[in-house]
Amino acid sequence: MTDFRDRIAVIDYGMGNLHSAAKALEHVAPDARVIITDDPKELERADRVVFPGVGAIRDCMAEIRRAGFDVAVAKAIKEKPVLAICVGMQALMASSDENDGVDCLDILPGQVEYFGDDLVERDGTRLKVPHMGWNKVHQTVDHPMWQDIPQDTRFYFVHSYCVSAADDIVVGTCEYGRTFAAALHRDNLFAVQFHPEKSHTAGLQLLKNFVNWKGGN
Amino acid sequence: MSALAKRIIPCLDVDGGRVVKGVQFLDIRDAGDPVEVAKRYNEEGADEITFLDITATHEGRDTTLHTVERMAAEVFIPLTVGGGVKTLADIKALLRAGADKVAINSAAVHSPEFVREAAEKFGSQCIVVAIDAKRVSKDEETPRWEIFTHGGRKSTGIDAVQWVRQMAALGAGEILLTSMDRDGTKNGFDLALTRAISDAVSVPVIASGGVGNLQHLVDGVLEGGADAVLAASIFHFQEYSISDAKQYMAERGVEVRQ
Repeated sequence: MTDFRDRIAVIDYGMGNLHSAAKALEHVAPDARVIITDDPKELERADRVVFPGVGAIRDCMAEIRRAGFDVAVAKAIKEKPVLAICVGMQALMASSDENDGVDCLDILPGQVEYFGDDLVERDGTRLKVPHMGWNKVHQTVDHPMWQDIPQDTRFYFVHSYCVSAADDIVVGTCEYGRTFAAALHRDNLFAVQFHPEKSHTAGLQLLKNFVNWKGGN
Repeated sequence: MSALAKRIIPCLDVDGGRVVKGVQFLDIRDAGDPVEVAKRYNEEGADEITFLDITATHEGRDTTLHTVERMAAEVFIPLTVGGGVKTLADIKALLRAGADKVAINSAAVHSPEFVREAAEKFGSQCIVVAIDAKRVSKDEETPRWEIFTHGGRKSTGIDAVQWVRQMAALGAGEILLTSMDRDGTKNGFDLALTRAISDAVSVPVIASGGVGNLQHLVDGVLEGGADAVLAASIFHFQEYSISDAKQYMAERGVEVRQ
């Protein structure tokens, strides 16, 4: 059961639509208080934190740093469960190739790489970029965040850059011309490249799992 | 093989907060409520919803935002909203209401730079450029299509293939392609057009206009090279459910989400 005072902070650093994530969280945790916030201090008062992101990484990183969320997110991860989504996940890596190279938060080891203009299937068929739509996520380890989500379930993706990370933090992979990290986990941090808030039943289940997750393993 | 599914996208035409073109779900009390219709499609397994606002009045616009808000609170799949999007403020209002993507049509023809500004401000992932194309070549000539506005009545003289290349270069994240020759005919997509547009750009292409049966959806993907297929009337009138469509497509070798 969700504690009625559970506070879920959705970080708003001025980039894109955060309402989908907030609405989906409200849907799976009707008793929780879901707060969209542009104030890093709110993360200290929250029980759990959602770090979303859409758009270009350079602008995102600039806004994250300007608002002081670089420090606040690093601190939150030490104390409470944090779910990073899409560009939020990419922002946690060491650096991204997007926008001619951008230094990211370097909280997780790994790089963000471009899919490429000449992305092809193994049989040579051309693949469109961005990678947009429903693709299978292969769970590489058991984790409470995967509870009640069948192996190789489809989630909704939309991205042109993808994460290449050390195997020991990868908990889910996806295939699109290459194998890339669809989900990462370390300590209190769970990060996904796909959009659970737009992934229908499976996505809502993942958010529900997050609301019930104690962090750690 | 990549497991990325080809998407099936039902389209709702909405006027002043009501679905038009007649939706006939027998078990829905208010058949004209777009939120109820979207929920039904969502339950049937739609991969996205496209909401085309054909409201003409200013008051109706507020109704549209309110409808999008209600839909986004109940339907957790991607939602594209198009129709009358002219300014960055229009896009911002729709995204804030809960749209995931916004479709720009005639405003792009009026000012291609608007697409660049929109993509830079909100990200390519949420900018869909919708085009209405019509064949202008004679039967014996190499096929050529031009961009039309005003519901297919007004020619712009712009070549459709060059136009989508330009739109993708300016930052469009996806192309919603409607064949004005086929729209409403139920004779199937213009497959040559779909193939020409899909081959011309690296971004995904949604085929629209002319779907009358499930084989048309398969043809759009396998022959037209579409990444997604959009249809309105075959789903509205319950000739087929979304799950019927997916099963039919899967049996013919199209990767779908089931």
